[in-house]
Amino acid sequence: MVALILIIITSLITSGLIVRMKSIFSGRKGPGIFQPIKNTWVLLRKGIVYSLTSGSITRLAPAVIAASVLIAALMVPVAGFQPLISFNGDFVLFAYLFALSRFMMIIAAFDSGSSFEGMGASREALYGMLIEPALFVLIAGLVIFTGNYSISSIFTLPGKENYAIIFGLIISYIIGNITLIENSRVPVDDPKTHLELTMIHEVMVLDTSGFNLALIQITAYLKFAVFGSLISSTLIPVFLRLILFFAVQVLFGAAIGFIESFRSRFKMNRNQQYILTVTLISMLLFVVILFTKNIF
Amino acid sequence: MIYLLIYLIVTSLIVMIPGRKMSLILTGVTMFVLVIFSSCLAIDVLIQTQNQSFLLEVQQFISPLISCDKLSAFFILIINFTVVSGFLYSTGYLKPYLKSKPVTWIKLHYLALVWLHVSMIMVTLFRNGFYFLMVWEIMTLSSFILVIFEYDVKGTVKAGLIYLIQMHVGMLFILAAFIISSKGYERLTFDNLDFYFLNNSNWPVFLIFFIGFGLKAGFFFLHTWLPDAHPAAPSHVSGIMSGVMIKLGIYGILRVTTYLVSDLAPIGISVIILSAITGLFGVMMAILQHDIKKLLAYHSIENIGIIGLGIGLGIYGSAIGNVIVSVAGYAGALLHTLNHSLFKSLLFYSAGTVIGQVHTRDVEKMGGLIKFMPFTAWAFLIGAIAISGLPPFNGFISEFLIYISLFNGIGSGDFYPLVVFFIAMLSLVVIGGLAILCFTKVFSVMFLGQPRSEYHEKPVEAKKIMLLAKLLPVIPIVMIGFLPFIIIKPLLSLSGSVFNVAQTLPVEAMIQPMQYISIISVSLLLLITAILVVRKSVMRNRMTLAGPTWGCGYSSVDSKQQYTATSFIQEYSDLVKPVITTGHSKINYSDDEIFPGKRDFYTHSDDFVRSRLILKPSNFIVTTLKRAAIFQTGKLQHYVLYALIFLFLILALTFIGLI
Repeated sequence: MVALILIIITSLITSGLIVRMKSIFSGRKGPGIFQPIKNTWVLLRKGIVYSLTSGSITRLAPAVIAASVLIAALMVPVAGFQPLISFNGDFVLFAYLFALSRFMMIIAAFDSGSSFEGMGASREALYGMLIEPALFVLIAGLVIFTGNYSISSIFTLPGKENYAIIFGLIISYIIGNITLIENSRVPVDDPKTHLELTMIHEVMVLDTSGFNLALIQITAYLKFAVFGSLISSTLIPVFLRLILFFAVQVLFGAAIGFIESFRSRFKMNRNQQYILTVTLISMLLFVVILFTKNIF
Repeated sequence: MIYLLIYLIVTSLIVMIPGRKMSLILTGVTMFVLVIFSSCLAIDVLIQTQNQSFLLEVQQFISPLISCDKLSAFFILIINFTVVSGFLYSTGYLKPYLKSKPVTWIKLHYLALVWLHVSMIMVTLFRNGFYFLMVWEIMTLSSFILVIFEYDVKGTVKAGLIYLIQMHVGMLFILAAFIISSKGYERLTFDNLDFYFLNNSNWPVFLIFFIGFGLKAGFFFLHTWLPDAHPAAPSHVSGIMSGVMIKLGIYGILRVTTYLVSDLAPIGISVIILSAITGLFGVMMAILQHDIKKLLAYHSIENIGIIGLGIGLGIYGSAIGNVIVSVAGYAGALLHTLNHSLFKSLLFYSAGTVIGQVHTRDVEKMGGLIKFMPFTAWAFLIGAIAISGLPPFNGFISEFLIYISLFNGIGSGDFYPLVVFFIAMLSLVVIGGLAILCFTKVFSVMFLGQPRSEYHEKPVEAKKIMLLAKLLPVIPIVMIGFLPFIIIKPLLSLSGSVFNVAQTLPVEAMIQPMQYISIISVSLLLLITAILVVRKSVMRNRMTLAGPTWGCGYSSVDSKQQYTATSFIQEYSDLVKPVITTGHSKINYSDDEIFPGKRDFYTHSDDFVRSRLILKPSNFIVTTLKRAAIFQTGKLQHYVLYALIFLFLILALTFIGLI
């Protein structure tokens, strides 16, 4: 239960932190940390405009998208706090719940019959497909490293092995990249772009408004929190875990803000290479784990 | 045996009696009688704790050639379920054809359906090789008649013939394997394998069996008949064939697998690798297809790959002595066999309804159909989510079992097994991701947005009986998805008993995750409902408006500007270009063409197995034989001359003493 509460608290601040960091680096005064949440709150209280073309899928999809990510969050450990649900093989369910949310996102984008939304959907489907191996290779490596089969135990590294903190850092790097791709941030996508042709995530929700858009935004916040929590679990030892947890979350948000401020986005057709690179790094980690475990 | 023959004759007579409606109803009734009878036997066998065949109990009334163990019983249940839904669907689906096709042809169709049903059940029951091959052949022939139902459409008969020829090649392989394994016996039976495998090396005979059965199942490089036969066949036939008939190839492989004693590791590894290739190839080709039934046919290949992965893991797990890997692998394979028969028949039925309304199989010409036929669209969506292996439906459960098997293998520690498991895991992950890409494409383009071409007549929802046929598979899809722990126990005991895993089964270790999955699926459903309810109550006193789709300032957006299936997979098809070549026809305009005329434009994706392995050699044979046709002059004098030359040749050879 503590884990879920912590995830929800984190989801409230991370995206605000990113925005804050970006405004600091660009020399603007910028909004407060809670501005994104306030925006979402405003959306929650607005009416909805549906496209004339759209039907029941558009009406159902936002609920499924938000629900599946929230349910996936139930399985995530936070800084040593056990998640609500944990069983052998739960990481498969975790990954596939994210895939379900992606599935609904894509078909919802097509429901409005737009000429733009399909474009984002196409990219989302392809990148989502390409990034999945990275996560699974990482998990396979951790399964060997820890000898356990559930998210809560494989991602809780400190104290288990020597060099755990080094592995934790590399894993954090990989998960960080997965977060950027899953959440469509720079360098894969730029959420602040104004041109539909270059968007991925934003273009899929062009015709989503009001409560539904709020649900999608909440999903994005939750995704940050979920991946941030995974990172924190790999890094934080048992003592001082609450303080360290928030420190890691702030660092995580700040790092994404930093990347978004100083890194330019890739050309669209270079993204696949970048994503495959993440998979390769993850494979490299896998091989290193094989070495440390003397399996070679 | 004699009872079944009588049954066949009676039903055949019933099908042939005059009066369209009466014979249809009677056919249905007799079919249901067989379904109930065989299902009762199957359930009776399945609920027994030990793996004893019913042979002993009912010996008095069925000859001892037949024996039904749990594996057979499991397959009988799958067959019965899909045949029933297929039959119900066919009564609605064939209505439009009643005018255009002769009555006898339609009756022959139903006759073939009955024969297919009976022969499929018999395939699972016979252990005697001779009878097995006989019913295997009946199965092929009757399904051939079912496939060529629309014989007047171009390409149908050709597709049917390709199917027929390849099946016979497969049968020859099975026959050869039987003969090799039964050397020194009076009869050809599966049980001879018991002794043969103990004394000889196992992999050659397994390989021959695998090729024979793999041709039916559609493993990679043996699959080339599938993408032709399914689009040609009527949708209920595609549903039955893809749902259960190709699974009998899997049944054959499993049956042979039960006898294996040595060479387990190489066999397991090769099955895993081949299945991984099958799955990847199937889904990679499927994405590029725009013919909906061809796409689904390639997805059958993909799912055969997943089932094969499970079987391979099962074999390899027993080779390395890891019970969880083995049992979870077999259980995953068996459950996926069941699941695939459910969602694939559902998808074919839904696709058939759509095709019947819009009169094209090209998804690019569909669109917006969810407004015209909501039930069909939702049925298709459920099938699509299930086949992509996503929770909360049944496809996820079987893939989860295979993942459990894989991760247990990865966690167990030795290097070489680990490489095998790692490759298998990677391919399963990629298959899953690609399936999502494929089914989001096909569902979106078919059912969502606006119509992409003008429909000649307004599409309407299918008839009630066809909807019922779709509802039938939906129920177990949802049931298995939400309550997996109910099915897991019989499934584990099934796979454990059939495959002689000696140790105690890890039942507890499997049931616990299933219970959690059940909890999560239910809470997912509750949460979705809760969000919808909250939205509804919040929106009660707020404005809900409808407006045109955002066109980036362009106000008159029309259906031609929608994103198409081709553009949806553009980046993907660039990515797979090294493996699968796609191309399109060129449109060249000459300089003097001021007002260009109409031109055809088409895109195609090349199934390299088909073009290299099947078409190239067969074309070579045809051209070589054509050269030999110069002898065929049609003049009697020439033929007399040939006979004379032949006689002289014989004479000369005898003279020299060569013969």
